[in-house]
Amino acid sequence: MKTLIQNARVLDPASRTDQVMNVLLDGDRIAAFAPGLSDPEAVCVDATGLWLFPGLIDIHVHLREPGFEGKETIYTGTRAAAAGGVTAVCCMANTNPPIDNKTGVEFIQERVAKTGCVRVYPIGTVTKGMEGKELAPLGEMIEAGAVGFSDDGRGVMDTQVMRRILEYSTIFGTPIISHEEDHSMTENCHMNEGQMSVKLGMIGMPREAETIIIARDLILAGKTGAHIHFAHVSTKESVDLIRFYKNKGVKATAETAPHYLLLTEEAVEGFNTNAKMNPPLRTREDQDALVEGILDGTIDCIATDHAPHSVYDKDQEFPLAPFGIVGLETLLPLLLNQIQEKLKLDVLSLLSLVTNKPARVMRLPGGVLAPGAPADLVVWNPDPKWTIEKSRFYSKSRNTPFDGWPVQGKVHATYVAGKPVYPFT
Amino acid sequence: MRVWRRKDCLGLRDVSRDEIELVLDTARTMKEIQSRTIKKVPTLRGKVAVLLFYEPSTRTRTSFELSATRLSADVVNIETATSSVVKGETLVDTAHNLRVMGTDVIILRHSITGAPHHLAEHIELPVINAGDGTNEHPTQALLDMFTIREHKGTLDGLVVTIVGDVLHGRVAHSNMWGLLTMGAKVRFCGPPTLVNPQMKDMGVEIYHDLDAAIEGADVINMLRIQKERMTRNFFPSIKEYSRIYGLTMERLKRAKPGVLVMHPGPINRNVEIMSDVADSDSSVILEQVTNGIAVRMALLYLLVSGEKESSKKLDETPPLFEEING
Repeated sequence: MKTLIQNARVLDPASRTDQVMNVLLDGDRIAAFAPGLSDPEAVCVDATGLWLFPGLIDIHVHLREPGFEGKETIYTGTRAAAAGGVTAVCCMANTNPPIDNKTGVEFIQERVAKTGCVRVYPIGTVTKGMEGKELAPLGEMIEAGAVGFSDDGRGVMDTQVMRRILEYSTIFGTPIISHEEDHSMTENCHMNEGQMSVKLGMIGMPREAETIIIARDLILAGKTGAHIHFAHVSTKESVDLIRFYKNKGVKATAETAPHYLLLTEEAVEGFNTNAKMNPPLRTREDQDALVEGILDGTIDCIATDHAPHSVYDKDQEFPLAPFGIVGLETLLPLLLNQIQEKLKLDVLSLLSLVTNKPARVMRLPGGVLAPGAPADLVVWNPDPKWTIEKSRFYSKSRNTPFDGWPVQGKVHATYVAGKPVYPFT
Repeated sequence: MRVWRRKDCLGLRDVSRDEIELVLDTARTMKEIQSRTIKKVPTLRGKVAVLLFYEPSTRTRTSFELSATRLSADVVNIETATSSVVKGETLVDTAHNLRVMGTDVIILRHSITGAPHHLAEHIELPVINAGDGTNEHPTQALLDMFTIREHKGTLDGLVVTIVGDVLHGRVAHSNMWGLLTMGAKVRFCGPPTLVNPQMKDMGVEIYHDLDAAIEGADVINMLRIQKERMTRNFFPSIKEYSRIYGLTMERLKRAKPGVLVMHPGPINRNVEIMSDVADSDSSVILEQVTNGIAVRMALLYLLVSGEKESSKKLDETPPLFEEING
């Protein structure tokens, strides 16, 4: 089946294309795009006044299945993605049981085939049972479709184990994603150590708990030649370290999340559990450093760390509430509004942070508009002004600090493999 | 006329000078009641105060219990061991069960920071924080300020040195907020492991040398040092802590003449405070305990018999405050 999307403002960050054109989809691929392009066999879709760009790739998502289906499932999580213009996600392995073997990866693939509506690339754990002790079978998980490995949610505390993981990963060249946290410094801590933790009478997580492990993993990546990817970078010192080691040629990549760019520890005021995440929200200075890190390429991409938790989970005494917020449905509107204001980048460069760049980090197809590329794309209506309303989320969870934020522009349609997956029929 | 408008007393961080003065002034009247032969007034007759304690406490619990009974309220004591908390009920659910049984005020002590704030948001009843985790213990700070004011007449411009575990110290935190609001100068002193440098941003002075911290102080408030901190490497031994941060008569000489020595109790004699200092003329430690009743009576009165109570249960109008005075 062929589809011709006509008169869209076509934005492709990889080739820096920005032009009103027609785009022809043939089956699950992009066939061609050009002004005035036509095809007698194609079903025509008019996109006058709309933008068309590659579907977003979110390399840090918790779909919670198996084990925490009360928070999210592959069905609800991928629908949230589609509604947010995200056509591919990497799903984290800290499920119950954790995805630490081939069977687990296959389970994800089967559930995605049955219930998913966007592409899902499983991440496997780096250690068996996420216990930080024994190396998980990376090879057989890669065969089953795993694209990266991480004990995300729990850092690998044993340095020798981390060294072995990185050494071993070089057989495959697959990225190892570091959840950079020194747990000995964050035990029983629930927010950033800073002015706000003093005000709320809480013992905070020192920023050094993050940067110390970043330093360690950079050193180990340098020694082993492995590809280390840093999840959810949140501090200034982390950015400085990554920049320094990248310049020395260490194979390191890094992501940050929208909330670290847009919020500070102040958001925790009043024991707001929707501002509780790990790493915790930091300070204005860190925000500025993250912006600088994005602008100079130290930070490669933006990922949401979509971490759904039910209302019941979050509506608890602050220290009892779990870490994390949802992000799939707010990523694109925030990117093209509040994040744009922060980064002051052109649209192509902004989109690059959530399309071709994350694809490159995780070595995934997609993220580009090119003949022969997967027909995963977003049609965006730049005009409507609206307000983020968590009650309208397709995700099973509502834990967002961005409820009520005003934004402009809305996902008009999302295509995965040439098929419209959003709006839902 | 000054009125109390808050539903709860959760902490002193955002409480104004007027509000603190109202509590302290009300407490003065309450203290006067304590010097009468009949120490009980009917103000809260027919009201129910529940003491919901998720952490062991003798002094604070007894003090609240006596305060409530002297105002003629009925008091229910709940401690974790006997509550349904062990059965997995949430704090909010427990509190709602108490509410529908006719409770008028919940006095909550909890090991979890922010627990009273969470509860207060989810229940219409007044909640009094009797200590939450590492955050605040507002009634202790109010009784400390009451005691200081009784002796010094004012808090404005006084130098108050607070010594000990400031990091985990809810008494220290509430004192910091209250004293700063009331115009006092606050010094925190303790080992760097137990005094957070960020406290400086709140407007207090940080000391690690006890002698320097005592120099010129009007008040010295010695916090109880908890032995369990030792195992987490906050300091190596009680003996060493005592040597560096224990208050001796010798050290006390550096303070201003007429210095008040305070302690929220229970005291560890010869650990943070030497026995002779605790028993000296400078010590007002037992006065603090006495004043605790007056301050807690004042708070209960302000929170429970306030304006919001006007229309219901009016066949028996609670006596006005003025009438108690008269």
